[in-house]
Amino acid sequence: MKTLALPRQLPGRLPRNYLPVLVTGALFIAMFTAGGIRYEGFATGQIILNVFIDNAFLLVVAVGMTFVILTGGIDLSVGSVVALTTMIAASLLPSTPSFLVILLVLAIGGVLGAAMGAIIHYFEIQPFIVTLAGMFLARGLCYTIGTDSIPISDPTFTAIAQTRIDLAPELWISPTVLIALAVVLVATYTLHYTRLGRNVYAVGGNEQSALLMGLPVARTKIAVYTISGLCSALGGLLLSFYMLSGYGLHAVGMELDAIAAVVIGGTLLTGGSGYLLGTVLGVLVLGLIQTVISFEGTLSSWWTKIVIGLLLLVFILLQRLIVTTGVSRER
Amino acid sequence: MKRLAWPAGILAALLLVNLIFTDHFFQIEIKDGHLYGSLIDIFRFGAPLILVALGMTLVIATRGIDLSVGSVVAITGAMACLEISTLSSQDSIGGVLGAIGIALGLAVALGVGNGFLVAIVGIQPIIATLILMVAGRGLAQLITDGQIITINSDPYKLIGGGYWLTLPFSIIIVAVVLALMAFVTRRLALGLLIESVGGNAEASRLSGIRSHGLLIVVYAFCALCAGVAGLMISSNVSSADGNNAGLWIELDAILAVVIGGTSLAGGRFSLGGTVLGALIIQTLTTTIYSIGVPPETTLLFKALVVTIVCLLQSPAFRAKVFRSRRKPAPPTVPAGEKVTVRT
Repeated sequence: MKTLALPRQLPGRLPRNYLPVLVTGALFIAMFTAGGIRYEGFATGQIILNVFIDNAFLLVVAVGMTFVILTGGIDLSVGSVVALTTMIAASLLPSTPSFLVILLVLAIGGVLGAAMGAIIHYFEIQPFIVTLAGMFLARGLCYTIGTDSIPISDPTFTAIAQTRIDLAPELWISPTVLIALAVVLVATYTLHYTRLGRNVYAVGGNEQSALLMGLPVARTKIAVYTISGLCSALGGLLLSFYMLSGYGLHAVGMELDAIAAVVIGGTLLTGGSGYLLGTVLGVLVLGLIQTVISFEGTLSSWWTKIVIGLLLLVFILLQRLIVTTGVSRER
Repeated sequence: MKRLAWPAGILAALLLVNLIFTDHFFQIEIKDGHLYGSLIDIFRFGAPLILVALGMTLVIATRGIDLSVGSVVAITGAMACLEISTLSSQDSIGGVLGAIGIALGLAVALGVGNGFLVAIVGIQPIIATLILMVAGRGLAQLITDGQIITINSDPYKLIGGGYWLTLPFSIIIVAVVLALMAFVTRRLALGLLIESVGGNAEASRLSGIRSHGLLIVVYAFCALCAGVAGLMISSNVSSADGNNAGLWIELDAILAVVIGGTSLAGGRFSLGGTVLGALIIQTLTTTIYSIGVPPETTLLFKALVVTIVCLLQSPAFRAKVFRSRRKPAPPTVPAGEKVTVRT
């Protein structure tokens, strides 16, 4: 592996940890440039903004997933919680004020996440299994509410759905993008400038050590699943703004997209290492793949999955390379 | 055997519910030389899940996990149906066998790929197989060109929907695979080697076990099981659906393995437990239909049963709940606390 050894410090005195994020960023720029050369009308700012608009909910969900994965856990329930949120919102909205509905669904998401976190920590069952049960539970609740798609005609929701915020001529975003970006900012602050954030990295690095150092492992682990539940509920709200309907089959398989975005963004699935900026770039790359495929026209939608799979492979191999070269240097 | 007590008890409880609420549930009759009855149906519809879960058991015993089995199910079904649809005569046995061979060969190749990523490259199993889980769905749709391939082949129909010696053919396949696996893992040393790799891969390698090769074989075998299950599913409906065939079967299979008492931490496994676990899941589905609970709530029941089974199996849960109930105020250090500190 010596020939493959990577410099400990990248040019410009950046720590090696940033390499995956930089690669993802470079990939995004390369894809955007290639698309701009190949397709007419691709290289505009609005294309990037559209990726944000179409993936605002995924971004929020992926932010929550980043917290969980940083502690070395995983949350398979996010897609179902998103669907449950749209379903509850759509079924309650005709009779309940919209702000109450919003508070209620956020509370449900948070409580569900906290419950899963508590089971994972106190009863020592694998996160994979607990959140799988949570996934079945939330999806089952959706179908219990109703098996059909319920349209949303609430004035607040439709107003948010139809608002366009003009940034410049020919450039606009939706309010959901602002919400998603606000979530990213708050989450970045939490991860890097608060005690909770440091605890998240510490627990992910080595739970045993964190416990022996006297860090509140229980509180941290329950907190990350609560955050993930909250983010999923918020993501569900953004999806209901986007779709203006509640449906039990919304967001099927979204947990995979969220995990893929986090991995492509350079966060280690073993926990302890990764950045939110990477997750944002990961979501953008996933969104841009879909844009490219829709611009190509002749490519069928299943190529999206194949390309995402290949990208996952490349990024995981890259991470592996970084980890092994790091270890060999320490020896 | 004590390990099998929980899953066996739950299966018995489920069957008891059926005994009370469903008429003729335990009745097995012979029509046209075939066995019919609810119990036979549970085995017949549960056969693909049992197969996938059996392969998964070995993977989990090595402290791995294989998320890609659902995609492999879809890919093999698609490949077999595509090959059969191009035959001049879809009833020719040689042609069907060839198609099955190609499809299963593809499945094994995919499994070897998974094993290579896990054993040689050293990627976490959950991630290594996530790649194929995501990309595999796309591959299956690429093979079927996004369509549902329908075929009309009697020899192929036998695998999933046919009967042989009065028994559904799929049950016979499962029984043969189970017997082979039980022999190879419990009568020969292979089971011990697998458990040793799951306990500590590096220590096993140093003590002379070829853990890399073993891992690749285990992942290839898991994919092969998924491949056969894929053939069963597509043969039962005589068509291949790249999008929906085997959707979420990996989750059901992992659940079956965990319910059966195989620890996700690796190092030990129970084939009998896995079969019981898969039967619990299938019986649960059948029960929900037969006692007239709306099918929409199937998932709710599943969530409930999974949670209960996993909680009952968790030593931490048993220590905290059952001990504290029996001894309301333990005078010394409670045993529950000791357990949490040690683990």
